[in-house]
Amino acid sequence: MSTRTRPRAHPDDGTTTFREALREGLREALASDDRVFLMGEDVGRYGGCFGVSLGLLEEFGPDRVRDTPLSESAFVGAGIGAALAGMRPVVEIMTVNFSLLALDQILNNAATLRHMSGGQLGVPLVIRMTTGAGRQLAAQHSHSLEGWYAHIPGLRVLAPATIDDARHLLSAALTDPDPVLLFEHGSLYNAAGTLDPAVHEVDLDRAAVRRAGDDVTVVAYGGCVPKALEAAEELAGAGISAEVVDLRSLRPLDDATIVGSVRRTHRAVVVDEGWRSGSLSAEIESRICEQVFFDLDAPVERVCSAEVPIPYARRLEEAALPQPAGIVAAARRAVS
Amino acid sequence: MAEFTMPSLGADMDEGMLSEWLVHPGDRVTRGDVIAVVETAKSAIEVECFHSGTVEALLVDEGTTVPVGTPLARIGTTSESPSAEISPAESRPPESPPAESPPPSTPLVRRLAQDLHVDLTVVHGSGPGGRITRADVEHAEPAPARDKTVPTTRPVKPVRGDDWAKERPAPLRVKASPLARRLATEVGVDLADVTGTGRDGTIRADDVRSAAAAEGAQRPAVPDMARAATARLMSRSKREIPHFYLATTVDMAAALEWMHACNRELSLSARLVPAALTFKAIALAARKVPALNGHWVDDGFVPADEVRLGVAVSLRGGGLVAPALAHADTLSVTEVMAALKDLVARARGGRLRASETVDPSLTVTNLGDQGVEAVFGVVYPPQVALVGLGRIVERPVAVNGLLGVRPVLTATLSADHRAADGATGARLLTALDRLLQHPEEL
Repeated sequence: MSTRTRPRAHPDDGTTTFREALREGLREALASDDRVFLMGEDVGRYGGCFGVSLGLLEEFGPDRVRDTPLSESAFVGAGIGAALAGMRPVVEIMTVNFSLLALDQILNNAATLRHMSGGQLGVPLVIRMTTGAGRQLAAQHSHSLEGWYAHIPGLRVLAPATIDDARHLLSAALTDPDPVLLFEHGSLYNAAGTLDPAVHEVDLDRAAVRRAGDDVTVVAYGGCVPKALEAAEELAGAGISAEVVDLRSLRPLDDATIVGSVRRTHRAVVVDEGWRSGSLSAEIESRICEQVFFDLDAPVERVCSAEVPIPYARRLEEAALPQPAGIVAAARRAVS
Repeated sequence: MAEFTMPSLGADMDEGMLSEWLVHPGDRVTRGDVIAVVETAKSAIEVECFHSGTVEALLVDEGTTVPVGTPLARIGTTSESPSAEISPAESRPPESPPAESPPPSTPLVRRLAQDLHVDLTVVHGSGPGGRITRADVEHAEPAPARDKTVPTTRPVKPVRGDDWAKERPAPLRVKASPLARRLATEVGVDLADVTGTGRDGTIRADDVRSAAAAEGAQRPAVPDMARAATARLMSRSKREIPHFYLATTVDMAAALEWMHACNRELSLSARLVPAALTFKAIALAARKVPALNGHWVDDGFVPADEVRLGVAVSLRGGGLVAPALAHADTLSVTEVMAALKDLVARARGGRLRASETVDPSLTVTNLGDQGVEAVFGVVYPPQVALVGLGRIVERPVAVNGLLGVRPVLTATLSADHRAADGATGARLLTALDRLLQHPEEL
């Protein structure tokens, strides 16, 4: 592809993109630890289906950046084997929809081996995959199934939403002795911003308060965090002070930060691009009700995707997804 | 056939406002059931009915003020018309169900209610949306045994949620958020008095806060009535009753030591305060001196047949009520403690029962917690005496020829000289002193 040139991580204006930040994280991991290698469909010569690993094959060679056949089950299984053998593999799956082909490997092997071996076998594997809609990729490439993975004990599930988290989550994930799933929301790759030079690591266990507020807590993660922040800005114009909590970790959930915020604001809106029924948003709402019921001044609101396969048509896709206007409306219902 | 009339809820009451019906035509009621709320000049009072039977008609609309003795409802008594037993299906009000039925109770709650013989239609639901919770049922009083003519083998109709809701009376309860409910309890606001501004009139925390804030400004309206009632009663007392006053100092060392020993054994919520001991002692003293325990009626003293201790409670917005603590002389000290707490809380919340407002036989006013050392009160007519308690203070006292620092309490007696003389009054105060020196016998 002629238009693909090796991009600079730090352009002259000092800004970087979410994609570049992810690539920097990968480059750092490959450079600092010989056991780390990247594999997946088109990660090498093509530079990654979404361009995240562009240039890494040239930099680290075909042993460290490996293109695999179109068989998620096979290369995730190979990753598990490599991890068992002492490597630190980073496996890329094109989208979460396709990860279902590897669900057996992820659930029945990666997540369970430590337990089934009485602690003798750990699987220090990192699986990266794209999730979410918003780019007219239709129903087979656009779903948000990370909530399903957040259901599984034995996995850690992460969802970076900011440039800093994109840059630093991978190295933190690689220190985990157990499998970690990293969900990159497709709509965030082109998000631009400035890396905070003061940040050198992120705490995997803690949710982050992205905006402080007093009237309502908006809980979001991944691709919905920018929408929540946009909604908070609009709410501020209407005199409603919204606090935006970025979950960052979907499993384990950081209950303390979530309920600590709701305990102050007394109202909550949970935003989740997954379908409402049986979703992560349902779990979060339950925990809020279980832990701070008597601090609630309104029913917990949820903003989720419409319960349809994500449509291709742009207007329909927009209508099916959580949008800032819907978050604003939910927050208004909560505080009204 | 019986008539339920506007009761007299105090010597100074000549009319009352029927503020809320808690029953509907067709409902079965049992003697002692609370069936209406009546607002007097002083407070809202839950009124019990004195007959068992079926409510046939409500004769007075909510919000109407009528003189004492006006018939409010017709109650068909079962003894007169056993054949008039109405089947549960027919006992439902013929008109359509209330527009906003409270949510149905859970199966657990319904089963529990059946096991404990609790009538769910009169239980106040404290759950979300007024839902009756398990705790509400457990704390409710069991309904007296149902009329025997209802065949106990009657197959229980499987109740669907809707039907259940339809059988419930109109909602007497409010929608409030969990936080609003918690706040209301904390700041002592009755949710029934709060206007909800949330969706469907739901009461939110801010509504409770503004209600609490407005209470100071709003109170004067109601309290003016309470103030006026207190003014009338006290003027009448000072106009008619020739008062005399006695005072004595009681050494509280033994009583306090005994109380502290008891408290070490008691849970935090059940711990005693000195008032529990002094009230109990006053009740026992009143039994020993019956000449001060009763009423002045038609130029003569009528001794009461039990000790009903009036407890003077100052209302937040001003004014006084003195509901009766029944059988204080026979309750244990811990029971007196619990009863006092309950009575004061409900008096301040404006939710006294009618039976508690019927004239006490002797009133106690305790201003100790207000910091004063002695109070010489005004007798509540038609009672003939009032005991006043001050603060327990440490004072140098000579005991057995030695000077020591002791906790002492000034107890006073205000009495009606028409009914009793100083010597009688002295006997009561002396008895009180003696009782408090032997707290273990209280």
